[in-house]
Amino acid sequence: MSRGFGADIVVAGAGPAGIAAAVRARECGRSVLVLDDNPSAGGQIWRGEQSHGQGSFWLRRFAGCAAKLITSARIVDGDAQRRRLILETQDEAFALEYGKLILAIGARELFLPFPGWTTPNVMGIGGLQALVKSGLRISGKRIVVAGTGPLMLAAADYFRRHNAVVPVIAEQAGWIRLARFLLHLAKHPGKLCQAAVLRFGLRRSRYLASCWVEAANGNEKLESVRLRQDARVWDEDCDYLATGYGFKPNSELAELMNCRICNTGVDVDAFQRTSQEDIYAAGECTGIGGAELAIVEGETAGYAAAGRNDLAEKLFRKRSKARQFAAALERAFAPREELRRLPSAGTIVCRCEDVVWERLESMKSWRSAKLHTRCGMGPCQGRICGPILEFLLGLEPDSVRPPVFPARLESLVAANEIKEGICQ
Amino acid sequence: MTECGAEEIVELRINGTGVRVRAGTSVAAAVLLSGEPVFRRSVSGEGRGPLCGMGICFECRVTIDDLEHCRSCQILCRDGMEVRTA
Repeated sequence: MSRGFGADIVVAGAGPAGIAAAVRARECGRSVLVLDDNPSAGGQIWRGEQSHGQGSFWLRRFAGCAAKLITSARIVDGDAQRRRLILETQDEAFALEYGKLILAIGARELFLPFPGWTTPNVMGIGGLQALVKSGLRISGKRIVVAGTGPLMLAAADYFRRHNAVVPVIAEQAGWIRLARFLLHLAKHPGKLCQAAVLRFGLRRSRYLASCWVEAANGNEKLESVRLRQDARVWDEDCDYLATGYGFKPNSELAELMNCRICNTGVDVDAFQRTSQEDIYAAGECTGIGGAELAIVEGETAGYAAAGRNDLAEKLFRKRSKARQFAAALERAFAPREELRRLPSAGTIVCRCEDVVWERLESMKSWRSAKLHTRCGMGPCQGRICGPILEFLLGLEPDSVRPPVFPARLESLVAANEIKEGICQ
Repeated sequence: MTECGAEEIVELRINGTGVRVRAGTSVAAAVLLSGEPVFRRSVSGEGRGPLCGMGICFECRVTIDDLEHCRSCQILCRDGMEVRTA
């Protein structure tokens, strides 16, 4: 257990927001330490990409800015009073101290349960993409992409470029909403153009609106999915289903450190300050908005944390435009009512503890679901089933307790010693 | 792995069988490449494989060098690694 190392500014998360924050804070001459749970920097969107335009631009600047980076490290506990974080790597536990902390801890995909969704090879849209980026070959595989949002087009295009066949892209939103969203896109010609290029590349794939997956078939391995569009129901053979209904901010670490959470995510002011002194938040954890918004929020947080509010202010206009786009996204792609009726009595909702829907249907609170069924008490700590029950039953998530991530016993002992001041 | 050319290759064992992958491949990708879709058994015995691909869902847990519950999507393959699925 080592102690006493840290930096003026510690950034949690090396995705677009964290990288942008680190680069700007370094430009202001501050020492910066960036932490990430993944094996390399880039976050989910820039993971394993060398040629990606904006991604390679920021990753290059990051590599050249002399910020320290610790990867494969997860934060398991934090103490806002003492400005400390407890960090666990593959074989060690550390405590580190920060002057200012910038939370850029991103978001996770929102999954909705349907019969068969626990079958192997049913994956998140971002999940399958991450696996391909980390070496999975999908050449010749049939991949159904189903869920909601423009990310589906980008992911389908990515799969196609890796020589997979994408027979169907099933978008749960209806055409009226999609048309409204396209109208909004006219305000962002770059994005409209991007969408058109993607759609053209995917001209061999059927893009179906008001369409969703009702069931996944296969025993121990996916064989087909049952799709529904209005009254039409059919089975589509596939090797993988890539599915996701948007994103959910990762707010657990912020909650643990007593930062206020609002309905979009971690609550921040114009300078990306949270309700806790010296803790900032940027990117998807403050509300879902995509990489462009995450970058400008990260830059703002980086400047502000470095004491340069004058520079941060210059980014406000750009940020507000990116936020308008985020709001339009949310309106167009909110999951429809029918999706609440997808799970059947025996459909597993909590994948860690195998809790089925009929045991959860009548629950009035997250706490009673936990106490009566063990829902949310497995290793993912409710990160997957929590948002599901929020959507299906309107249950508010329970308070967060340390460790915020499953940790080794020695890390917990070390964390406790640090809290008690034993290792002074 | 003929298409790899000069790229660095890593050799590991998955359920006792030798597997060669490019350096930088995650253990989760290697397990799927080896043809195994089931990574772990759930508490009720269902076969499960990766879901989130980003270290959050814990569905891709495997045993690596006798250490159980390793999230295979967050760990890169290393030479000589012994991976066991359920």
